[in-house]
Amino acid sequence: MRGITLGYFVQRLGIFFLTIWIAATVIWIIPHIAPGDPISAMVSRMTSQGGFVENADVIIAGWKERFGLNASLPVQYLHYLGNIVHMDFGYSMASFPTPVSSIIGMALPWTVGLLLIAITITFLVGNFLGAIMVWRQTPRLFKILIPIGMTFTALPAILAAIFLMYIFAFLLTWFPLIHSYGDGMVPGFNMPFIISVIQHGTLPALSIVIVSFGYWALGMRGMMITVEGEDYMQLARAKGLRPFYLLYRYMVRNAILPQITAFAITLGTLISGQVLVESVFAYQGMGTVIYTAILNEDFPVIQGTSFILILMTALAVFLIDLLYPLIDPRISYGRKL
Amino acid sequence: MAVTAQDGVVVPSVKPVRTPKKMGRFNRWDTPWFNYKLIGGLIIIALILLLGFLGRIFWNPKLALTGSSPQDLPPVGLTTSLGNVGTWEHPLGTEDSGRDMLALLIIGAPNSFLVGVIAATIGMSVGIFLGFSAGFIGGAWDNVIRLLSDVTITIPALLVLIVIQSLLRGVEVTTMALLISLFAWPSPTRLIRSQVLTMRESGYIQMAKLSGTSTFSIMFREILPNLIPYLFASFIGNATGAILAAVGLETLGLGPQRIPTLGGTIYYAINASALLSNMWWWWGFPTLLLALMFIGLLLINLGFDEIANPRLRRSAQ
Amino acid sequence: MTNADIHSDAHAPILKVRNLCVYYETPKGDVLAVDGIDFDLYEGETLGLVGESGSGKSTAAMGILQLVVQPGRIAAGEVILEDRNLIGLSENELRNIRWIKLALIPQGAMNSLNPTMTVGAQIKDVIVAHEGRQLRGDLKARILEMLSTVGLPGRVYELYPHELSGGMKQRVCIAMAIALNPRVIIADESTSALDVVVQRVVAQTLLKVKQMLGVSMIMIGHDMGLMAQMADRVAVMYAGKIVEIAPVAELFADPKHPYSQILIESVPSLQERKPLKIMEGITHDPRNPPPGCIFQLRCPFVMGQCRVDPPPMRASKTGHLVACHLYEVSEDGELVNVRVAARDT
Repeated sequence: MRGITLGYFVQRLGIFFLTIWIAATVIWIIPHIAPGDPISAMVSRMTSQGGFVENADVIIAGWKERFGLNASLPVQYLHYLGNIVHMDFGYSMASFPTPVSSIIGMALPWTVGLLLIAITITFLVGNFLGAIMVWRQTPRLFKILIPIGMTFTALPAILAAIFLMYIFAFLLTWFPLIHSYGDGMVPGFNMPFIISVIQHGTLPALSIVIVSFGYWALGMRGMMITVEGEDYMQLARAKGLRPFYLLYRYMVRNAILPQITAFAITLGTLISGQVLVESVFAYQGMGTVIYTAILNEDFPVIQGTSFILILMTALAVFLIDLLYPLIDPRISYGRKL
Repeated sequence: MAVTAQDGVVVPSVKPVRTPKKMGRFNRWDTPWFNYKLIGGLIIIALILLLGFLGRIFWNPKLALTGSSPQDLPPVGLTTSLGNVGTWEHPLGTEDSGRDMLALLIIGAPNSFLVGVIAATIGMSVGIFLGFSAGFIGGAWDNVIRLLSDVTITIPALLVLIVIQSLLRGVEVTTMALLISLFAWPSPTRLIRSQVLTMRESGYIQMAKLSGTSTFSIMFREILPNLIPYLFASFIGNATGAILAAVGLETLGLGPQRIPTLGGTIYYAINASALLSNMWWWWGFPTLLLALMFIGLLLINLGFDEIANPRLRRSAQ
Repeated sequence: MTNADIHSDAHAPILKVRNLCVYYETPKGDVLAVDGIDFDLYEGETLGLVGESGSGKSTAAMGILQLVVQPGRIAAGEVILEDRNLIGLSENELRNIRWIKLALIPQGAMNSLNPTMTVGAQIKDVIVAHEGRQLRGDLKARILEMLSTVGLPGRVYELYPHELSGGMKQRVCIAMAIALNPRVIIADESTSALDVVVQRVVAQTLLKVKQMLGVSMIMIGHDMGLMAQMADRVAVMYAGKIVEIAPVAELFADPKHPYSQILIESVPSLQERKPLKIMEGITHDPRNPPPGCIFQLRCPFVMGQCRVDPPPMRASKTGHLVACHLYEVSEDGELVNVRVAARDT
């Protein structure tokens, strides 16, 4: 059997929903097993910091009503699940009455954009480097890049972010220090804005790319070496095919599948790393939202953003799972893997 | 060209050149444990741990307390634009609440390791148990474990930990380690499970079963010893991941509050805009130390990988 | 193909191998996998290349095909295909010869096909690589015809290698090899990995193809019975050297080299009842062959001269060549066993 069967699709979809459900449940349960009424506790903490005293009663009352906190626990749970499905995460405490979903809505595109760019560059650069390592004519310069890249993979992205920020934004001022676009600029599809976005996004993206590409390069190189020793490579060479076609259709296409598998597993780490990088650069994505929310003890925002990010990750893994049969026809999904 | 002479004798032409024999590269020192990466990594980590343990003896740890030292001093030999001069009493400088950088490093470094070790130990123990049982018992139990580990690996640990710890203000190191270990078990579980599945079908296990050895005995006497290199590599990998998670949490301000941590120091530095005021020593030294730590751990990890998987060993080809 | 034809000028050699040496570099010295082999392949004939494991026959094939990779290298020799020496040609120049003139049916078709490409795509890409872009419909029709020539149903075109049986995969390889109508095909152990029933089918396919196209073939294998059916002449290899070349019937009836005698005798007979002779393998270190004859350590007839001089290849006028000090060429061009002759005088 080849290709995606209905059974496989349903199975992967089931895992996706299971993951989401477990994550949502865990996120919901935590404040409810913490002692005391979570909302009042939070508000009283804020109050003690001299915060939003005026809104305290309004918040507590509105919250309790909105989320039926006076109802029993199971009912609250179901209520919560229902809200999640509608992407309703309540209101931000720090900027009441802004709904959490709108805060997420403004920040999410930045995070997704940065993520996609960083992942694409990392994957392309890393795998490309790994692939050309096998070519005898590759200049020595490239060959050094892999050990250097591997050393960098030891570092978490946030450390790279700090270094890059200090050297290139502060000392050398080649790039802006913080934010995702120039202050005072109006977002729109015009050149000055786009250029500003690119300028602001370079260092954050670079932080992620630097600490990730080495892993892919090494893995790809290993796979290419394995593939090169396979029997079908001998026949392919005997056929007198063009070198680039050979490299791509016979080597890369066969080496890339384990790389994609590995990618799905590391996606969670990648997203976590990006959250931290964004917070360092005050990049106006989910990372900064979380950072600010922690500072303000704005729990609903923390809840909502975490959930959305987990949702994104699970969705990405689901889509990648669907990709396998298209790349490697040997994988049969008629039965359980 | 060969010559076919009249008498039917075919004579070969010039004899080809043979590569001269090289010295054998295999000698007594070639045991796999003498891995450069492993040794290098161990040295780095040992040095850092030494800093942590000996530091407490030779340097005053109380200097890590707020207000114990003059504020905003640069490292020795430098002068800031505000006229602060570094002294030998605080060779790595101080930060804006009067804490000595060297003392912060001395106290912070072992804490990071502690988190890593605790979380990795718990994770490995759970992993060994679950992995073995899943591999051996199979069936529904195996399916459940596999499903759970898949789900847990997909969920980014940091995000859930943020949710948890933003509620529990003021965690202890051990608490944080315990929470992190909630996410540390899937990797070893999968590793051990797949190894058990592979080995279960191998010849010597079948022999053991045939000779009536108990399952328990098989697990511990036959399979476990062969897994030791993998377990070591996995442990280091887990510890690294745990320290990474801990640093991540600390950098967001969610780490232990009552004791200095490396990540926490960075957090305070960023919050006080140390980057902009060019107090580079404040965030710089913890960052450097962390970088060294991670590089050391990576080297050890790679070293163990090469020991466990001989195919990765390359003798400078 | 009679003995006389072999020496007739009407059939010139299409492939000439002279002193081909393929060595493998190891830390303890070079392994002399192929150490100076000479032979001619005549147009339209099938030359069998036999020998035990480790004799160097597959390496010789790689040497001819210019597919030797590190740590191996072609240390010396010439491979002349249609008056052109393949050794020393650049990859670009070789590409104009590969598959168009010289094709390979590989060993172990299990893994010889790209797992991520359909059969049709794999045959298509070699055609397109050498003939340029084609009309889609014409190309598919052409490939389907090739598939039916080897006895495969048209639906194989859409299938992936893992969906085919071993015999089917091997036949796909045969179809692919004839796609560009090459002059020479090297079949490297094409039936070795198959069971007997499938072997027969594949062997018959090969025969059919040979007859249809008149292609010259080098058949590498260790199945003497198969060689008896498929080959016109057979070359026997031992430890990197060719020890005997003869027309197939002559080789079976009258093997001259002591090693060939052991080989022929090891084929179980359906007629006679005799004890099975079990051979040992190659006994010397391939990095350090003994001076003199390569077979001296196992030869039941070894003489003093064998330990000192490597025996030259001697040819009878009927095209029987042997490299052994036991034989000399008489005045009328026959190979004479000197020991027997000495005994009889």
